[in-house]
Amino acid sequence: MDLTIIGAAVINGILMGGIYTLVASGLTLIYGVLHIINFAHGSLLMVAMFGVFYLVTKLGVDPYLSLIVTMPSMFVMGYVLYKYFIGKLSYGKDENILLITLGLSIVIENLALMFFSGNSQTISMSYSDKMFEVGPLLIGLPKVISFVAAMVMCALLGIFITRTDTGRAIRAVAKERMGARLVGIDVDKVFAISFGLGMATLGAAASLLMPIFYVSPTTGHVFVMVAFTVVVLGGMGSFLGAVVGGLIVGLTESFGGLYLGESLGQIGISLIFILILLFRPSGLFGDKR
Amino acid sequence: MIFNRSPWALHIVLLAAAIIFPFVSSSAFVINFGVLALFYAFIGQSWNIAGGFAGQLSFGHVAFFGVGAYASTIVQMRFGFNPWWGLPASALAGAAAGWFIAVLSFRAGLKGSYFALITLAFAEVFRIVANSVDITGGGLGMLIPMKQTSANFQFGDRRAFYFIILTLTVISVAIALWLKASRFGARLAAIRENEDSARALGINTFVEKIKIMVISGAIAGVGGCFFAQYFLYIDPTIVFGVDKSVEMLLVSMIGGAGTVYGPLIGAVLLALVSEVTRSMFSFQGLSLVLYGTLLVIIIAFLPNGLVELFKGREQKKAGRLASAAKKGDV
Repeated sequence: MDLTIIGAAVINGILMGGIYTLVASGLTLIYGVLHIINFAHGSLLMVAMFGVFYLVTKLGVDPYLSLIVTMPSMFVMGYVLYKYFIGKLSYGKDENILLITLGLSIVIENLALMFFSGNSQTISMSYSDKMFEVGPLLIGLPKVISFVAAMVMCALLGIFITRTDTGRAIRAVAKERMGARLVGIDVDKVFAISFGLGMATLGAAASLLMPIFYVSPTTGHVFVMVAFTVVVLGGMGSFLGAVVGGLIVGLTESFGGLYLGESLGQIGISLIFILILLFRPSGLFGDKR
Repeated sequence: MIFNRSPWALHIVLLAAAIIFPFVSSSAFVINFGVLALFYAFIGQSWNIAGGFAGQLSFGHVAFFGVGAYASTIVQMRFGFNPWWGLPASALAGAAAGWFIAVLSFRAGLKGSYFALITLAFAEVFRIVANSVDITGGGLGMLIPMKQTSANFQFGDRRAFYFIILTLTVISVAIALWLKASRFGARLAAIRENEDSARALGINTFVEKIKIMVISGAIAGVGGCFFAQYFLYIDPTIVFGVDKSVEMLLVSMIGGAGTVYGPLIGAVLLALVSEVTRSMFSFQGLSLVLYGTLLVIIIAFLPNGLVELFKGREQKKAGRLASAAKKGDV
């Protein structure tokens, strides 16, 4: 096969992988560290993307600038959502959290369908079509921005969780809940903060995604399985794992499409998820549990 | 209530009501409503048998449903069998899919949310395969030609479909009743409540869980066959879509997971809510908003489902203990 096509597939896969990393990084914190199975991750991303869409089209805010609004508002939403809703109603049980967040995603998606209709919405900015030329290949500028931002965000999250007091508290709660409580950590608050942080990264992801992707009430479906795959593949709670996992998933999708065709090519992501859970549930960089 | 002392009286009343129902009104709307409600009850019971009775929460139950729908349609359209052969074919295919997914997942020791997520992934793999190979007709799906004779599993009178799905639902309820009363069902309950203790008691949890997934898969498969023959059209997005998995789970969870009548109550409610909202409001989505909200309320405040509201005082006490256990208070 032509080298240019393979090169394009590699670059496309890597850039898509960056976007997947971006969406999954919040889940790494929520699911990977604290084992809160947030099935509404995709739907909440969709909500944030609609937020960005209206900021851009109604108020004329630049999508990248909208980060300043989306991140804090998603943090607050996540904090409140966990503190007064998910945490309270699930009684801390794994399966209940899964079902509550499933119920939440059903409600959010169908409310979106009622208010925004089922149509796909996109935004177009002056730089939307800007391209780099690298040899014979053309690379879209917004995709590169998203990719770089994803890497920066994972690095920041990694530093946050290893170097700050809040990060240490989160890890303590993840490892040994009772012990953390005994040394004076407010466990419920740590859970709510982590959930809020996960949502904040989702807000950032929404701002960075909007220039290159469409939003519709079912956009979440595209990402929810991918995000879980990236987290499980990379290893629970590992931000380096999220980056590597995202890249592998992006490349798998890109090459799957190239060699297996548009339809069968999508099988790669689900297969990776199944194989990892069956044969190496700790993922590539996770602790053996 | 008399029904608490004599469950058979309840069965007879319910069955008589179900038999009389299509003769109350011959309007297509009423018959269609009845078929829809029973269809939800049937596939909901399939989920309930695995998710409720054995505690194996599946998010991808549609995998078995879709496999059944395709098996019956392929047997009819590609191999020229009489469509009635679709029923055993779909049961076999659903059972095989249940066995396959169960053996792989349970051998790897997956449970709880991991099991839920891997079933979702399997359903997605099945959808993509059905979308890509020739024998299924790919993304275009398969259209079963209209030819209304009873030998052809098609009927001029829609009531025939009503009685077929009623029969299937009665069989599924009978299976649930058997699970409630049998030692097999007791072993499953032990696995649901605490798998490690169940194993310590000498139960081969691996084998029991596979058995129940095979039974549940077979039921869902037959549901797929009925769906194909009722609507005469299937495609990968319809019969392998996440929506149907969610409907099965919702019907069962809302009515009462792990109870015999839960899926029936949940199904009637789902059919009612979706028909009423569809005829009263022009926008889509409202029925699922209500249903999703109900799911959250049920999990938070009524873990044993709506069926709890119909119980007598004695049973309520047992139910409260069970729900306290589910909340983790005990």
